[in-house]
This record gives sequence, structure tokens and C-alpha cells, in this order.
Amino acid sequence: MSIIIDRRLNGKKKSTVNRQRFLRRYRSLVKEAVQDAVDQRSITDVESGSDISIPKKDLNEPFFHHGQGGHHGHVHPGNKEFNSGDRIQRPPGGGGQGSGDGKASDSGEGADDFAFQINREEFLEYLFDDLELPNLIKKELKDSTDFKMKRAGFTTAGSPDRLNIIRSLRAAHARRIALSGKDRKVIRTLKRELREMEVSTDDVDEQRARKIREEITVLNKKLKRLPFIDDFDLRFNNMTKVPQPSSKAVMFCVMDVSGSMTRDIKDMAKRFFLLLYLFLERNYEAVEVVFIRHHSEARECDENDFFYARETGGTVVSSALRLTDEIITERYSPSEWNIYIAQASDGDNWEADSSKCNDIILKKLLPVCQYYSYVEITDRHHQNLWYEYKSIEQAHPGHFAMQQIRSYGDIYPTFRRLFEKKEGSHAGS
Amino acid sequence: MLEAETPVKKVKRKQPLSTDSEWTFELLQIYDREFSRLADKFRLDTYPNQIEVISSEQMLDAYSSVGMPLMYNHWSYGKSFLSNQQNYQRGSMGLAYEIVINSDPCIAYLMEENTMPMQALVIAHACYGHNSFFKGNYLFRQWTDASAIIDYLLFAKSYIAKCEEKYGISAVEDVLDACHALMNQGVNRYQRPTPMSAEQEKARSQEREEYIQRNLNDLWRTIPVRESEKGKQNIRFPKDPEENLLYFIEKNAPLLETWQRELIRIVRKVAQYFYPQRQTQVMNEGWASFWHYHLMHEMYDEGLITEGFIMEFLHSHSSVVYQPDFDDPRYSGINPYTLGFNIYRDIRRICENPTDEDREWFPDLAGTDWLDAVHFAMKNFKDEGFILQYLSPKVMRDMHLFSIDDNEINPYLEVDAIHDDPGYRQLRENLANQYNLGNREPNIQVYNVDVRGDRSLTLRHYMHKGRPLEDDSTNEIIKHVRRLWGFEVKLESVDDENIVQYSFEPPKEKSSADAKP
Repeated sequence: MSIIIDRRLNGKKKSTVNRQRFLRRYRSLVKEAVQDAVDQRSITDVESGSDISIPKKDLNEPFFHHGQGGHHGHVHPGNKEFNSGDRIQRPPGGGGQGSGDGKASDSGEGADDFAFQINREEFLEYLFDDLELPNLIKKELKDSTDFKMKRAGFTTAGSPDRLNIIRSLRAAHARRIALSGKDRKVIRTLKRELREMEVSTDDVDEQRARKIREEITVLNKKLKRLPFIDDFDLRFNNMTKVPQPSSKAVMFCVMDVSGSMTRDIKDMAKRFFLLLYLFLERNYEAVEVVFIRHHSEARECDENDFFYARETGGTVVSSALRLTDEIITERYSPSEWNIYIAQASDGDNWEADSSKCNDIILKKLLPVCQYYSYVEITDRHHQNLWYEYKSIEQAHPGHFAMQQIRSYGDIYPTFRRLFEKKEGSHAGS
Repeated sequence: MLEAETPVKKVKRKQPLSTDSEWTFELLQIYDREFSRLADKFRLDTYPNQIEVISSEQMLDAYSSVGMPLMYNHWSYGKSFLSNQQNYQRGSMGLAYEIVINSDPCIAYLMEENTMPMQALVIAHACYGHNSFFKGNYLFRQWTDASAIIDYLLFAKSYIAKCEEKYGISAVEDVLDACHALMNQGVNRYQRPTPMSAEQEKARSQEREEYIQRNLNDLWRTIPVRESEKGKQNIRFPKDPEENLLYFIEKNAPLLETWQRELIRIVRKVAQYFYPQRQTQVMNEGWASFWHYHLMHEMYDEGLITEGFIMEFLHSHSSVVYQPDFDDPRYSGINPYTLGFNIYRDIRRICENPTDEDREWFPDLAGTDWLDAVHFAMKNFKDEGFILQYLSPKVMRDMHLFSIDDNEINPYLEVDAIHDDPGYRQLRENLANQYNLGNREPNIQVYNVDVRGDRSLTLRHYMHKGRPLEDDSTNEIIKHVRRLWGFEVKLESVDDENIVQYSFEPPKEKSSADAKP
């Protein structure tokens, strides 16, 4: 009488919705936890999910229960030496072990956190929540192979698999009505005449009646000969190819690798670039990254060289900016690409060079790029580069932003400040 | 595994059903058939069984929605899912071996990771133990509809989903949160509503939609009252205190939309469905443990299972009924499995081999048919009565039970009874009290509504032995009640002489609907 069912293949994710509800409800708490997590761990594993812990007391589900005090009794097992009438000192903390209600929730309030895991997608979502890419424009790709078929009304010609039956029959119906209208009108009048002859008290003109009947038969036959559906009734769903606007972005990472840049500073820069990369990746289908390192001269390189190769020398920032400009003209036409430039430096620059940088940025880079962000990783005083840039920022607040990073803890907040959602700052879009 | 090496030697025994620890669907069927045969022998009357094999992930899912196969969506189930998942993955929590649902057919989940002996144990425990309890115990017979619950949950789930679509997730969540906080106060304790099928339920819900709103208007009629009638205003509404807060709010809250009333009703129904389970924990688990123990031994005696098999079974069984002492770090109250199992076992012992003590304490039991006795005990009690009736001095001695008196006016705790002659009765009474839901949970009732005034709702907590309510959660709940009721809400704790001891009032909010008549 028992039925045994194998349910193992049934859905496993029954709790997904409830889990999402939970995350949704505690969005702000989870966000805080994510931000803490970012500060704590190396940015390279931002890519994985994360353990999240939020204070337990914030997610209590209250229910009526007794608090401390009053008069109550508990029965416990495992008596060893007690006799009736023994008096025991009240355990410190008041409650006595085991509340007797079998529910220990009234003790240990807020002592521990509620911990759970979120996956990479969720992690990034919380990480970049409320941030936006400034001046984002969807650029159409010239030689895009990405087409989408879209419905575009109906045509009278097409392949049988696109045949729209309802439309076709409707057209046929209309045609039949249109073509038969005159004949049916005649039939109606003839019929009326016939009926009048039948009801009239006069003698029936048999000859006339027969003639009418014959005429009606002929006309009816003619009507029947109308084709139910004809070639030109057919309607086909029309599809047209619509090119998909696809947005692509290129990100230029520009970093000073001169002797003054220590390992620590580079590491901070790397974290910053990674955050930016992840963020761009979420907003664009394809993100290309160009690494440009410079000391007194600039060079395009791969990621590994960018972060780890050692070089020394003076610092000429303009060399890197010039190279950036060259690469843009060569490979990344601004009409096709969203261009983001991120520069990290410790603020050192050759005195006479800063005004040149100013020039290149203003004249060449800012007109073509979406956003230019500059982070200065230093805890010393600012040097002339900073002040030059400051003037650019004031002139182009929507397209140029700069921030200073002093320690690891600053990286994420700085990043947030740079990409905060600003209202009405969409200068270019 | 033990059983692989253990040959079966006894000649008169039957062939063992299996010797391997791996289970297969055929084996499940064979074992189930044997258990079913034995269950008939012991007059275990059950609903038909529906045994479902699931994976551990599915078990986690089932766990998190109060064990039900389908449940409406709510963040709190997500929360419990996350914490279960975390605990399980970290290895700090094992999963239950089974979940069984009081429905007709009775659905039991087996985990695929279990070994054959475990599966057998679970089938005996859930499909014959719990199942017969659900069908036999008077509380379940009286209060729940095993045949209707799945349909009802289906209705509830889709209704709530529709509300979410129509009114937004947050709006629905607000109501559900508030209802969940009052869930334990949302049951009728003494009076059972007539059972209803899911279709009737659906039809009724639509009818109610217009009807309730019409009736409400009567209660809140704002036509001016004549001077002579003003004197009547100190008549309380409701005339008698109402224990079912959710019911009262559903029927009387002035500002709720009809769909909100329906949500309250759903939570109320679910709470009512679980109410018997909360009252029969010891009896129910004890009964199931008693029978898995018995059925497995019966199988062993017939030679249907090997020695290794019964060893593995006994190992699992003893960890299920293990009771740590009060001073053990693992101690977290009395294990209902142990207590219940011990009492049922003792009933059988008293019937079969009564001592002089038993003859004195249980003259009606000693020497009678044990099967009749345990069935009677299972059918006609809830935990408190069961303990009061059947807890014998021997079980108290075996478990070394003792009772502590904790009175806040004394600076000490006093041991008021232990497992000795003068203490047995007192101890038994104390333990029974401990399982009395009426004592365990605060007694809160709707006391008055200021119908002619500011429509404020007054709840009363009738204190039991001077025990106060816990502040933080009470204040939280008052806010929830206020949200449902729509006007000010106050809760007073009164002592035996009806003198208000504590009073809870939420800080006044600027109420949007503060329209005074």
C-alpha cells in the first residue's frame, strides 16, 4: 500500500526564491558586509563569492515569550547529588541553564552573527550597487555581425513556414465577401420577390416563379465557385534583420612604474584597476584592456609586465598620455568604442611636464573618452601634477575625476566616490 | 560496515532481506512490505504511505519551509535555508534522517545518502510510527485535516503569489511578518472550526471579499450616538476576551483590505495545523521511537535482518534517544524522544512484568494487555496529560529527574523534588506543567477595543506565576499588531488580581488614518 517515489531528479532549488527574498529584505546589511569584505581581502579574489555575516539581532523574528523573572520550575535529568530542599546559588547571569522553554533565543542576544554565502554574481551586484558608468553611450559597431530578426508586419510573399494562418484566412474571408456582394444582393431581391409572390392573394405567376428559382440556383452556384482561399490571400509574417547596437569598451590602465612607485603602491593601484575592470565588465559585453606603463618613456605591455616588471627612471607622465592618444587613433575609433582611461600614480612628475599633460588631456583625450579617472596613491603632499589635474577637474566635472588613496582601506570608498550615481551629470549622453 | 562480515547462523530464522548496506528501490519495497505486515500485527492503523527519496539538497529545501512540500514564499524561509545550508556545509549540523508530513497519503522523505539500515529505521519510525500517531491521536483527529492540507497549501501559495503580483512583494511581506509574529496566538485552543475542502475554501474566500467589508462597516458605524446611549460605552468589545488574536484582527480590524484579511487567515490556518504537533512532541516522537525499536527487533527475531544490521540500527537508535545530563555541555533540555520512548517502554513493562510498586501506582495497567495499553495512551492524551498519567517512578529514577524551583523573590534556586518516594508526585506534576503549552507560552488575549473613541486595541497578558514578557520582542510585536490593526495598540500584563503590572505601548506614530468619529 506504500508508494515509493524517486524525487531526486525534481528541482533542487526550491528555496531560491526565499533566499532572494531574504537578500532583498536585508539589502543594506548585506551591502555593508560586502563592503567590509572588500576592504579585508585581496582584491584578486573579488571574483569569487563571499561569506557574508550580518548581525543576528537585526533579523530576529519576534514571538511572544517569557522574559526573566517570575516564579517557575524546571525539571532536569541526570541528578547526581541533589536532595529535595537543597538550595543552589543562582547561576550568574540570572537565567539558569536551559530556559525550560526549549527555546534559547532569549539568551545570547546579538552575540553572534548570521553567516551565509553569496555567489560571485551577487557579490558583484552588491559591490557595484548604486554605481554607474558616467557618459555611457551605446555605439553601433560598423562591422557588427550581430543581427536580430525582428517582426515587421506581414507580406504577401514568403516561405511556407512563415505563413500566418489567421491573417490569410481573414484575407480570404474579406475577398469572398467583396467578390460575392453584388450577386448576393441580387439573390436577396429575387428571394424577396418570390416570397411576396407566395404570400400575395393574387394568382401566382408560375412561369415567373420558376424563372426566379432558376436564377437563384445559378447565382448560388456561381457563389460556390468562388475559391475558399486563393494565392493572393496568403499572408506571411515578415521578419527583418535589425543590426544589434553592441557596446564595447576599452579601458586604458596607465601607471607610473618609476623608481618612486613601491611594491605597496603598485599593489593598491592594481586593486583599483581590477575593481574598475570588473565594473566595466558588468556594463559592457566586451571590455578590452590596454596596459600602458611609463617612467620617462611609455610602453604598452601585458598585464604581468604591467604589475610586476621592475624598472626605474624618471617620470614623464605626458609620454604615457601621448601613447594613449596614439593607440586610440590607431585602434579604437571613438565612434565605435567607449573609452575609459584610468591613471594611477604616486603624484611624481617631472616639473615641466605637468603642463604638457594638461594640454594632451584637454585637447586630445577628453574629447574622445567617456571618463578619465585619476587616482593618486600617496600620503605625502600633493605635487604639481595634482594641481594641474585639479584645474581640469574643475573645467570638466562630468568627464574627469580624481581622488587620492592613502591606504588599502581607501581603495573601495574612493572607487565608489568616482563612480557614484550623480543626478544630472550626464553631460555627454 | 559490520554486517558484511557477520554470517547468520541460526537455522530456524528466515533468510535476511539484505546483507549489504546499500539500498535499492526494490529493497525499500521489500522492507516496507515486511514493516507493513508487522504493523498490521500490532494494529498500527496508518494512512497510505508515500515514501519519497530525495537528495540532501532537497532535504535542506524541505527543512527550510517548515518541512512542507509546498509553502508560500517568505524571506524567513530563505533565512532558515541559508543558516541550515551554512551549518550543513560546515559540518556543524547533520540533517534529519527523515521528514514526515501529516497528510493523507502520509508523505515521508528519505535521504538518498542513508544506508539501508537507516532507511529501514526511517520507514519504521516515520511511515508506521508517526503515521499511525497522526491517524490515531485525538488532537490530530479533531484539529487537522490530513486529506486537505496539501490542497490548502497549494491554494495559499498561489493566492499569496497573486497578491504579490497585484500589491507588491513588500506589502504582502508586511502582513505576513506581522502574522508570523502572532502565529502562536493565532490558534483556537478549545473550539474547532468545521473542516473545509480547498475548493470550498477558494469559493468562500471570494464570497468573504464583499461580505466582510460590508459587515465591518456596521461595527464602525459613525452615525452620531444619542446622549442617552452614551452610558453604554463602557461595555467592552469584544464582550469576552478573545484568545485568537489573528482571528480577531482578521474579522475586526477596520482598515485592512480584503486580501490582507485572507493572508491573515492563511497564516492562522497553518498555525492551527501545526498546533497539535506542538502539543504532542513527547508522545509523538516517543511513539515513533517505540515502534521503530519494536519493529526492528521483531524483524531481527524473525531473522529478516542480520546482526550487523541490527547493530547499526541500535547505534543510530541510541543516539536518537540519548539524553545528556543537565551538567553536560551538550544539554539543551529534556530530549522528547528519550522521555516518550522511556514512558511507552515502561507501559509495556508494567503490563507484562509489573512490580509491587507498579501495582500500587498503576493498578489499572498492571497485568493487562500491553498493546491495548499503549494504543490507548497514544490516542487519548496530549503531552501534559500523558506525562501526568503514565510517568512512572521507575522512569523518573532511571532518568534521575529532579525539579528546580526558580522564584525571583528568593536569592537561590531550590530543589523541590527529586526521584524519591516523597518527590515522585510533585516531580511528575512539575514535568507535566512544563509541557503545558498554556504555561509555556504567554497567555495573551484581546481585552478591549475603544470602539467609540480612538479605536485603540488593548491586549492583555494574563501573567502566569508572575512571569513577565520579554521586552524587546514584545515591543516589536506590538508594532506589528499596530500595523495590522491600523490604530494604537497597547498591551498590559496583569497579575492574578487583574492589576496591571507592566504596560507596553509603542511610541505614537503619526497615524495616517487618525480619523476620530
